[in-house]
Amino acid sequence: MELFKADLHTHTVLSPCGDLEMSPRNIVARASDKGLHILGITDHNSTRQCQVLQEAAKPYNLLVLTGAEVTSKEEAHCLAFFETHEQLAEFQLYLDEHLPNIPNDPDKFGYQVVVNLEDDILYQEERLLISAIDQNVNQISQKVRELNGLFIPAHVNRGRNSLIGQLGFVPFDLSFDALELSKHITYEQFIKKQSYLEGNTFIQSSDAHFIEDIGTAYTHFYMEEASFEEIRLALHNKQGRKVALAS
Amino acid sequence: MKVSELVEKLGLVVYSGKQGLEEEISGGYVSDLLSDVMGHAQESHVWVTLQTHKNVMAIASLKDLSAVVLISNNKPDDDMLAQSQDDGVPVLGTNLPAFEFAGKLYNLLHEDGIV
Repeated sequence: MELFKADLHTHTVLSPCGDLEMSPRNIVARASDKGLHILGITDHNSTRQCQVLQEAAKPYNLLVLTGAEVTSKEEAHCLAFFETHEQLAEFQLYLDEHLPNIPNDPDKFGYQVVVNLEDDILYQEERLLISAIDQNVNQISQKVRELNGLFIPAHVNRGRNSLIGQLGFVPFDLSFDALELSKHITYEQFIKKQSYLEGNTFIQSSDAHFIEDIGTAYTHFYMEEASFEEIRLALHNKQGRKVALAS
Repeated sequence: MKVSELVEKLGLVVYSGKQGLEEEISGGYVSDLLSDVMGHAQESHVWVTLQTHKNVMAIASLKDLSAVVLISNNKPDDDMLAQSQDDGVPVLGTNLPAFEFAGKLYNLLHEDGIV
């Protein structure tokens, strides 16, 4: 098995809170500099920047995992990833249907733009992306399952905007592929308080909003190659594939 | 004061959990953050919230709350209703927003010397 370094939680200029330096070409250059092999693109409630990121990554030895960071009705953040453009497009329709129609005020929240490889603006999202969609975590997990995607509740250790912060616990009937920890905690510190979650797969990611944050936390994946299905196997500890926290 | 009296006095909708309507109320708690309710609500409190998913019922049962009131005409999800029926904790509803409902609830419980 080969070792791959994966940072699966990155925002771009499309997220209102993402720095304007977070353009596709800057992001992939930085990820490559940091020695990452796999990069997850997870803007708030939108997948619209993902394909340009995939284009931008072509000159590099970097697999871009395309997805989003979805805000559930409970205001818990969850990462969702999809393998094909069709599945991603289908999930985008779902997000468009369930995101409330609250306009973004760029002066207060920041710009929400999709840019191309030359940093030209292709699209501006008018609706505020940091709103909660009107679907609960179980419904979102189910939708991701239908589209054969990966579902990972984000930074579950955090006191706000996480499953545990909002609900107090990870629901026992929630189907997920892994749980994400933020970079501010070690697995040992976390599991001491949440021992019922022992035995699940954990990843750690940077949740980068600024260029210098990319790769400041990552997960080791032991796999045959960097691909969507190999990542799924590793998250489920199958066929000799596995993940290990890098910290 | 019983939950059924609260329903009558404040004109609440009873969505589910009728078997719990004769429970006594010891006070109220207003929050939409489940972890906050877990930490601070007291036994037999009425919980006022806009959250409509079934994990609300998990917290309500764990904390032995007397009822959940959904504000602003929010409707419970199907799995919230099912959980409420199983656990016997009523889910109630009001058209009022949280601030106004909490004011009325407080006045009512205060008149009765409960809070």
